[in-house]
Amino acid sequence: MQLGSYDRMIENSVRFYTGYIQIHKEGYWKDKVIDNSFIYDPEKLSAVNQLKGVQTFVPRLESFALSSFKSQTKGALVMGVDPGREDELTRVKSKLIDGNYLQANEEGILISQGLANYLKISVADTLVLLGQGYHGANAAGLFPVRGIVKFAMPQQNNQLVYMSLQKAQWFYAADQLITSIALVIDDPDDAQRITGQIKNIFRGDAYEVMDWKELVPDLVQSIELDNISGKVMLWILYLVIGFGMFGTYLMMTAERQYEFGVMISVGMKRIQLQTIVLLEITMMTALGVLAGITLSLPALTYFHFNPIYFGEEAAKAIENFGVEAVYAFSLDPVIFTNQAYAIFIMAIVLAGYPIWSIRKMKPVESMRP
Amino acid sequence: MSTIIKAINVSKVYHKTTIPVHAVNQLSLSIEEGEFTAIVGPSGCGKTTLLNILGGLDQPTEGRVEVDGTDISIMKDSELIDFRLRNIGFVFQAYNLIPVLTALENVEFIMLLQKRGKKERHDRAMELLERMDIADKANSKPSQLSGGQQQRVAVARALASKPRFILADEPTANLDSSSTNNLLDLMAKMNEEQKATFIFSTHDQRVMDKARRIVTLEDGTIVSDVKR
Repeated sequence: MQLGSYDRMIENSVRFYTGYIQIHKEGYWKDKVIDNSFIYDPEKLSAVNQLKGVQTFVPRLESFALSSFKSQTKGALVMGVDPGREDELTRVKSKLIDGNYLQANEEGILISQGLANYLKISVADTLVLLGQGYHGANAAGLFPVRGIVKFAMPQQNNQLVYMSLQKAQWFYAADQLITSIALVIDDPDDAQRITGQIKNIFRGDAYEVMDWKELVPDLVQSIELDNISGKVMLWILYLVIGFGMFGTYLMMTAERQYEFGVMISVGMKRIQLQTIVLLEITMMTALGVLAGITLSLPALTYFHFNPIYFGEEAAKAIENFGVEAVYAFSLDPVIFTNQAYAIFIMAIVLAGYPIWSIRKMKPVESMRP
Repeated sequence: MSTIIKAINVSKVYHKTTIPVHAVNQLSLSIEEGEFTAIVGPSGCGKTTLLNILGGLDQPTEGRVEVDGTDISIMKDSELIDFRLRNIGFVFQAYNLIPVLTALENVEFIMLLQKRGKKERHDRAMELLERMDIADKANSKPSQLSGGQQQRVAVARALASKPRFILADEPTANLDSSSTNNLLDLMAKMNEEQKATFIFSTHDQRVMDKARRIVTLEDGTIVSDVKR
């Protein structure tokens, strides 16, 4: 569940916002101003698009502006996007809760639900945006609201404004310019490899290429920090399981002293008896692991597709920490295999006791009533 | 007849809370091939200890035990286990059959440890079960057999490895009168027909009546040794 929630947080932040890899003009990530924008090179991007594992790329022009409607104003993150490509990355169309999605060269905008609620603006109203454009130019415009989108992550939900790339370039007086290119890739685990390959393509040019761990270091750190408590719980659980298993082996060894003594008396070599006991333990553990997976899988599968959402008050409290208020469950096979390995290693280590006991056993004493 | 077992000045001392207890005390004994011997005496006289020492399950504190001229008192544990497998058959008071195996498989088990072929194992096991009048129960699990039947399977198992001798520690202690007589008759028959050497420890007068040699122990020492 904990890992599933982390996956969900990463998915919300990375898959639905930053992308797994981004390309910027060098220095943009430290100083996110529109002056650090660039004209993208279609030739090089075509080479990037042909790399193994890259699905597509999404150009964006991002900057901040003051949004205003009637007497309300609030800072907004304005994203100029290619509506078709953006939907491929962020599936933003599916987050539409009112109105329509953007068309290419669209005049209007999409506004995030939190910001719309704050400004008390609805579909078909007109939003005022004021800001600073490229090289200090004034940026001001009126934009009709075409739709309202709802994001899981509060940071996104409370400040995002989407418009078409061309409209944003016009608004910020940044003709042909973009601030970032986000990449959609097949497997997030390939991000580091692909980042290296892209750096080779852009070698010598003034670009920076970053993978998702560099893009959201605070998320990575907070997950790592939170995961420590999970790991502590896991080790406590391992300890409990370990004692349970050891108790079973202890009982098994004690109850079978007589039987082991007889076996050795009649001529069974200790190594044969030890092998049989080790096989028994391995089979019992395999059965236990399989039974555990079989019994837990239906429940996990159900909750994976039907995550548990917090109630309204609890949800608000959790969202204040910038986290989506949901318990998500992961079905990553690595989790199951890791736990199976852990249990097997414990079983084999703890099997040392009956094996040692058989080695030290004196048949006469074992058979004494 | 040749001597199979020779115990020479054997002693076994246990140190119970630092007070030495002489379970067997300077005991010498020879067992000839084909004997049907009962070791008798009151509880605590050292019968089981002596049987364990003769069978290589326990080491004497002093003295030595020779089986066919080989000193088993100085053997390593692994050598002793192999020696027991090839030379000694055991019958225990509580039968000690393996509960998940059938009677036939229990008898085959010793031969399996001896790495004998499948057919040989099966034929020998069936032959022994027939001799013990229990072939009809070959495919029964121990839980489906009476105490007497289980002990007959245990004797068949002890004989299966073609041992030089069989040690039986109070084999009739858990059996009723009819089962005891039946078992003793069968063991006597095996002794006569196959020249199998049996050494019992017992309190049971019926066993003593069948035995052809009775060795009586008291305080770990032989007080009488009567051949009949």
